[in-house]
Amino acid sequence: MAYNLVGKNFAVGDAAAKVTGEAKYAEDFRAEGMVFSKLWTSPIPHARVVNLDTSEALALPGVLAILTPDDVPAFPPPQDPILTYEPHFVGEPILAIAAESEEIAAEAIEKIRAEFEPLPFTVDPLDSLFPGGPNARLDGNVAASRIDLQQVKWGAGEFAGVDQGRLPMGAPAEEWAYGDLEAGFAAAALVIEESFVTGGLAHHAMEPRSSMAYWQNGTCFIHTGIQSQAASVPSFARLLDVPVENVVLVSEYCGGGFGGKISAGPTMSIAAHLSKKLNGRPVQLRLSRENEYAVGRGRPAFQGNVKIGFAADGRVTALDLYLVHDNGPHIGAGDFRAAANAASIVFTPPAMRWRAIPVLTNTPPRGAQRGPGENQIAMALEPLIDRAARELGIDRVAIRQLNAPTNDSLLGADQGPITSAALGAAIAKAAEMFNWEERKTRSGQRNGSKVTGIGVGSAYHSAGSSGFDGLLRIGTDGKLYIHTGVGNLGTHSHYGTARYAAEAMGYDWNNVEVVRGRTDRHLPWTVNQAGSNTVYTTTRVFQVAAEDAKQKLLEIGALEMGGAPEDYDIQSERVVSKADASKSITFAQAASRATDLGGKYDGHVVPEDLNPMTKASVAALAGTGLIGVAKDNMPKPGVTPGLVAAFVEVEVDVETGKVEMLDYVAVADAGTILHPAGFSNQMTGGAVMGFGMAVLESYAYDPVIGVPARAGFYQAKPASYLDVPKTFETSSTEDHLDPTNPIGAKGIGEPAEGAGGAALVSAITDALGGHNFARTPITADMIVNVVAGREQSYRPLQVNTI
Amino acid sequence: MSGHIPTSRDETIAADTATEPTQGCGGPLASLARHKATRRAFIKGVVASGATVAGMGYMFRSGGMRSAFAATGAVERLITLRVNGQDRRVDVAPNEMLAYTLRYKLGLTGTKWGCDRGECGACTVLIGDVNYYSCSTMTHAVRDREVTTVEGLVGPNGELHPVQQAFVDELGPQCGFCTPGQVMSAVALLRANPSPTIDEARLAMSGNLCRCGAYDHYLKSVMNAAGRA
Repeated sequence: MAYNLVGKNFAVGDAAAKVTGEAKYAEDFRAEGMVFSKLWTSPIPHARVVNLDTSEALALPGVLAILTPDDVPAFPPPQDPILTYEPHFVGEPILAIAAESEEIAAEAIEKIRAEFEPLPFTVDPLDSLFPGGPNARLDGNVAASRIDLQQVKWGAGEFAGVDQGRLPMGAPAEEWAYGDLEAGFAAAALVIEESFVTGGLAHHAMEPRSSMAYWQNGTCFIHTGIQSQAASVPSFARLLDVPVENVVLVSEYCGGGFGGKISAGPTMSIAAHLSKKLNGRPVQLRLSRENEYAVGRGRPAFQGNVKIGFAADGRVTALDLYLVHDNGPHIGAGDFRAAANAASIVFTPPAMRWRAIPVLTNTPPRGAQRGPGENQIAMALEPLIDRAARELGIDRVAIRQLNAPTNDSLLGADQGPITSAALGAAIAKAAEMFNWEERKTRSGQRNGSKVTGIGVGSAYHSAGSSGFDGLLRIGTDGKLYIHTGVGNLGTHSHYGTARYAAEAMGYDWNNVEVVRGRTDRHLPWTVNQAGSNTVYTTTRVFQVAAEDAKQKLLEIGALEMGGAPEDYDIQSERVVSKADASKSITFAQAASRATDLGGKYDGHVVPEDLNPMTKASVAALAGTGLIGVAKDNMPKPGVTPGLVAAFVEVEVDVETGKVEMLDYVAVADAGTILHPAGFSNQMTGGAVMGFGMAVLESYAYDPVIGVPARAGFYQAKPASYLDVPKTFETSSTEDHLDPTNPIGAKGIGEPAEGAGGAALVSAITDALGGHNFARTPITADMIVNVVAGREQSYRPLQVNTI
Repeated sequence: MSGHIPTSRDETIAADTATEPTQGCGGPLASLARHKATRRAFIKGVVASGATVAGMGYMFRSGGMRSAFAATGAVERLITLRVNGQDRRVDVAPNEMLAYTLRYKLGLTGTKWGCDRGECGACTVLIGDVNYYSCSTMTHAVRDREVTTVEGLVGPNGELHPVQQAFVDELGPQCGFCTPGQVMSAVALLRANPSPTIDEARLAMSGNLCRCGAYDHYLKSVMNAAGRA
């Protein structure tokens, strides 16, 4: 389909502000009378704070207020507390102090006196599941959303094979199965079983989750960098214990989120709570890098076991997956569930069983991180698909295409439908761009100490939802005001999706204003800026809002110029008679008429099914122009899979363990590309994070004292310019359109990471003659050790270790 | 496993039939027990009075406004800094870092703090023609130097510097937080080497981290800018 705006690059509205320093992030704000605050955090992994003495701190001139756990709302365990006298990880906030200057606040923090009564702790889920092993919490060691906090210990017998690297598999906390698993394995020509570890890692967004807040007449104004805009408001209201209408969230920019800042985390509310104690005086809390590491959320590690059956032609016959999920100390994340869905759709096993247990550890709280669960499992399973291909004598691309999902494939436990899938086409296109047939012959070639490896990987994320609201306003000036609650995470989709709103209305992009960034700008209820959801979900809401606006324009045309709405068309920001093109009114005239008409035309009457936030926004805008507003009730008969296939060529130096990526190719099953530059940014940036997962990054904790060894960038090692290929090539399966999206588009930000990381793991495995480490990250020392035939430094199945 | 050091799991396996596991001494802490130390005593030893360690940790690890210069007796001196072509009079403490002076005293918040300890490059500014981490540069050390921040690149009529324009055209930024530092390093590179190869560019830029992983677009921006110069 030919579009005017969709599929074309444009000057992203806030790019200039980002390159000039004009863009204001949370800690760039200054307000009249603003004061500063600092956190006092736990130095040990689990303790009770006793004999607290803050008198010296409070006596320091310039100290204004102290915030204690008693001053803030408490939530039922194991939900994350805002502040706590029983910290569960190193760096967990206990108290906060506000002072006239940041220096005085820091000085006061150092004058707090207390004792820490140590409590049991653990940094490894398997240690905690062992009989008599330590619990991360006094009230249990297993919990997640929808899994009650409880204590679980397995029998010692379950651990019999652990030192040989076999995952203990006691009673799971949750499980499902479909198909005939036994028959699937019985029919298999090859069965592969392996236990594996995928490391957990911190988000390390460049911008720490700093915030600045003040109160006016009972309303809290919070400035922070958060992924979601509209959707974050309820989480702040909960943390502040106020109604949603008493929260104004200012978040024009967010310095990186990756799932770690989807909605308000507890630390983001501390400045607001301090401000309340100071009768609304503005308070800024600038988090240090160390604070951000501790409270900034991270990806759970998996200690897993998988058994996969393959027919002689390479078709997967059955898949049995067990995951022990490191959930951190609090409510944590749902990676263990998402991983299962990913396995079920990427390899489409006709029979599958999944069992899992989320175990608590005294390490940073976990949350979603880009492709949660899905990207870990991609890195664990893709090398096994390679092994099956080798053992069965099948091409590694062919085996993936054979098992790749199509439109008819089914997902997960209930084997529900999906809206579209063309992973096979993505693999084929990427293979061609990569020149797979020629390159695969280089596999294993040695040049001095360097060995060539060729890798392929794919990954999945559920990339679209429905049920949110779209809100458009045509002002009496004739401009289109696109009200959007999409956050500014760095994907540029706050503008990219607005382009579709303008497209659907036939607007000149220069006559459009995107209204966003602060929730007091009257924003509609909008999907979380997360889960690769925005492109799919928000083009749908703009579709329904545009349909509503256009219908109203046609009705006004008929009222003004006679006849029926069907007698008119929308052309170049005018309502034009189909019969006589000289009969027309401008959108500006129509908007003025709408304000005369009132009722539904100018927002005085709205559809009942809108979210209350949208209703409040429309009520505020009522009478200012023609309002197009609707809830997305379009059919969505299944999960919308975002899928990416990736290829990479590496040289592995077997003397130093250094892995150098030569180039990288990835193709998304994403249909229409809404914004090519933004698409490329997500595809390449996602891959870079995937490379980090594959070879660089993981949590490391001293098992004896429970302190982190990789809190800083130089230890955590997020990929730098020198760790990634010099060239990236990315594309989409543009002729495979999702039928449930107005432009046939799907999100890709998350599988872009999993596919990239899995391709890199596959390539390293290939270079080493098929040696599967069954562990990520694959660090240089691991490569050197395996080449030299030495033992690895970690215990089998150990997580959170160097 | 040969040479396998007995671990918690081994120990606990061995001790499994024992009636009462030591509270809090499962897991790796069993190694402490081998050394006849209780975990609690060990932690107490480490933590001492608790707050002292917390405070020390703060001082050593969080950087920035170290209490030393907040402490009484730290005397600020009025000096003149040459920033973005202007002389700026400013009171500066003896151990004050340039990023702090720029952000807190001169209102130049385009310079970001990503780590405040010389790891990430978000605070990169030019001193003369050379890029520096301003979080790790003493303000007093640049008294007689020309300091340029990202705000200082913009022309008198608001026109973008060629490097900034290239970063917009190639859509270099994602979240944008590291972008000012990336821009400054790119400017420094192109002043020193107006026609870098890609290899030279990625080496020159490698002191600037980007968690969004926007390196491909940033490199294209740098090469694009080199073409304009």
